[in-house]
Amino acid sequence: MTTALKTSGMNEAVSTAPSTAQKSGAELVLDALEEQGVDVIFGYPGGAVLPIYDALHHRSSIQHILMRHEQGAVHAAEGYARSTGKVGVALVTSGPGATNAVTGLADALLDSIPIICISGQVARPFIGTDAFQECDTTGITRSCTKHNYLAQSAKSLSGIIHEAFHIARRGRPGPVLVDIPKDVQFEEAAYTPRAEAKNRNCIVVPDIKNNDIEHAVELMRHARRPVFYTGGGVINAGASAQLRALARQTGFPLTSTLMGLGSFPASDPQWLGMLGMHGSLEANNAMHDCDLMICVGARFDDRVTGRLDAFSPNSRKIHIDIDPSSVNKNVPVDLAIIGDAGEVMDAMLAEWRRRETQEKHDKVRIAEWLMQIDGWRARKSFQFEPADDRIKPQHAVQRLYELTRGKDVYITTEVGQHQMWAAQYFHFDEPNRWMTSGGLGTMGYGLPAALGVQVAHPDALVIDIAGDASVQMTMQEMSAAVQYGLPIKIFIINNAYLGMVRQWQELLHGRRYSHSYSDSLPDFVKLADAYGGHGIRAEKPHELDAKIEEMLASKKPVLFDCVVTNEENVFPMIPSGAAHNEMLMGGAVTGDEISDEGKVLV
Amino acid sequence: MNTTTTPSQSVYPVTPDQGAAKEAILTVIVDNEPGVLSRVVGLFSARGYNIESLTVAEVDVEKHRSRITIVTSGTEQKIEQIKAQLGRLVPVRRVADVTKESDALTRELALVKISATGDHRVEAMRVAEIFRARPLDTTHTSFIFEVTGARDKINAFLDLLRPLGLTEVSRTGVLSIRRGAETD
Ligand SMILES: Cc1ncc(C[n+]2csc(CCOP(=O)(O)OP(=O)(O)O)c2C)c(N)n1
Repeated sequence: MTTALKTSGMNEAVSTAPSTAQKSGAELVLDALEEQGVDVIFGYPGGAVLPIYDALHHRSSIQHILMRHEQGAVHAAEGYARSTGKVGVALVTSGPGATNAVTGLADALLDSIPIICISGQVARPFIGTDAFQECDTTGITRSCTKHNYLAQSAKSLSGIIHEAFHIARRGRPGPVLVDIPKDVQFEEAAYTPRAEAKNRNCIVVPDIKNNDIEHAVELMRHARRPVFYTGGGVINAGASAQLRALARQTGFPLTSTLMGLGSFPASDPQWLGMLGMHGSLEANNAMHDCDLMICVGARFDDRVTGRLDAFSPNSRKIHIDIDPSSVNKNVPVDLAIIGDAGEVMDAMLAEWRRRETQEKHDKVRIAEWLMQIDGWRARKSFQFEPADDRIKPQHAVQRLYELTRGKDVYITTEVGQHQMWAAQYFHFDEPNRWMTSGGLGTMGYGLPAALGVQVAHPDALVIDIAGDASVQMTMQEMSAAVQYGLPIKIFIINNAYLGMVRQWQELLHGRRYSHSYSDSLPDFVKLADAYGGHGIRAEKPHELDAKIEEMLASKKPVLFDCVVTNEENVFPMIPSGAAHNEMLMGGAVTGDEISDEGKVLV
Repeated sequence: MNTTTTPSQSVYPVTPDQGAAKEAILTVIVDNEPGVLSRVVGLFSARGYNIESLTVAEVDVEKHRSRITIVTSGTEQKIEQIKAQLGRLVPVRRVADVTKESDALTRELALVKISATGDHRVEAMRVAEIFRARPLDTTHTSFIFEVTGARDKINAFLDLLRPLGLTEVSRTGVLSIRRGAETD
């Protein structure tokens, strides 16, 4: 009876199958993924997941993208998740497959990206015997996942996967790993539908208190120098619309972290640009001088706050976050509102409007503040000196932005100077268009993430703004891009240095460029060729536009070698250990700008 | 165009000092599932929190709930952070700071071995009586006492026994429970 059901029930809709039908663990995994709406998995096979791969073989509802490294699989799942708002899925084998996935998991944890990683494990009787390709996957990944499981039986398997999705999505999103011993993948059991699975909550979100909303709006109506400080949480909550409505209604200026770019349109006059270490002068000065800071879905990270004891010294602070542990972690706030950013901002907007009908908000109250901000803005902190003979990296990003305006474009980045230039010179008017490794700062994130984005948006223009060093960390995924006809564009800002390291060595270590020069770089054009992609090189400013057009016209994955000036620095900059109003602007830097205490910071 | 920066007074990470560190006893109710203890302990080590003692046992067999009692210390802000971080762990059902939120009873049990003869032996017996410690095992040259009480009491007991031939101690760590009808 069991086998008959197995073969005949294979393609039936899962929810209609009688719950007593016995299926292998491998089929149960796929049933559960299917019910969760998964249509693509990024993975890499191996001995301990062969039964799942076998089940995938005849499952047409789920596409599998064969990556070239498990780190790439997880980053691709992150790119997919970040650009769609859905949960991304990666599938890896035991031992080295799982350890290779660790970087991606840690990355997703720090940036609050919802992904599920399914890993194979050695069969239950072998666990703990140092079996071939055994590692303590749940132990290793415990601190780099939001939660993880070792599935002890096929019976519990589908329920675990449903709970894993629930946990990945719910509250502050994050990565969840499910480790499945090989014999569990063979073992037969009945399916637990999503509706019957237990869903433990990771964060219990209390109801929004009216008092808090009233208090917040009261503070906002009395503020003379208010600023919104927003983060990736707004994007995770899908609350850009609410943010825009609230900002428009109040007229308050708004800045965002690296992770929050796109939640508010960069073309809007209320937009101050990104804040933090390499943020704009107007954003950082506004943060420093404000009298009311309204933080939405951001976490007062050290890249953002600079010196904590000098962080926005004269402001009241409101912190809206779904995660209670983010509140008062680094910076004590005056009013914490725990909840979904969208719901809280809806409530604030309603309260603001209610108060408006009683007494109009006096916009003059903040007029002086806006003028002061315009003064800072006029200093054009992102200005740079163009060069005639060589391409400036900032100029390259600027041109890329101009030439792709109006297109359906998604940007990913690697980590380093190019990432900061991308954040400074590429502008976003929509959320979920900007994928970057903010928390962990993972070189090698951008290329596989772009691949994941392209899978989700086959017709969109997906560009990885890359560095010559970072891109080599996951370069092999070009092969996957070619295999699946994913025309990602890898725009390499090639300064032949580990540029960000070199910049810090220049500023902190007396220009001793210890091991930060990338000698023996590959010929990226030939490399593109070797992969079966399209290679392009631009070396002179005058040829840049035409080459970018050539890239945009290409139907293949492209490696674009944009050869730029070698020793450009990212400015403006708040040096480590300095305050927001102590920004270094572009121009000559002597190396004495950073205090000894600052040097011990990262 | 350079702005000069005044020397930083900060070292990394800078936690604004929110007053003196004090002890806190946290009660954590968890689903008793594989790995749960290592999640809790791992959280403490990963985030640099301090564990002075930790006790754990299943307390509700039907619901598979365990109760973990952790003695830790930190500023008020740090303790709040520890509670919030614990609350993020999926198997954690409840976290309560029993020292702060409720009038709690705390107890610890210790087994104490004394190797002594002559006067020391007599004196050890007398001290044990004062502390209501029970002898569990007696030989001509040794005793094992069982003593329960608040941690201070046990510390005092051990201090008195140290010159009298104390050779080994085994302690449970602190247990706590709320006074009155209310539960955690
Ligand atoms: C995996 C990893 N290793 C090391 C670092 C430290 N790191 C940060 S930026 C950087 C240099 C990046 O160089 P490149 O990709 O060429 O970008 P550029 O800064 O030159 O734009 C390094 C080594 C990191 N962020 N990630």
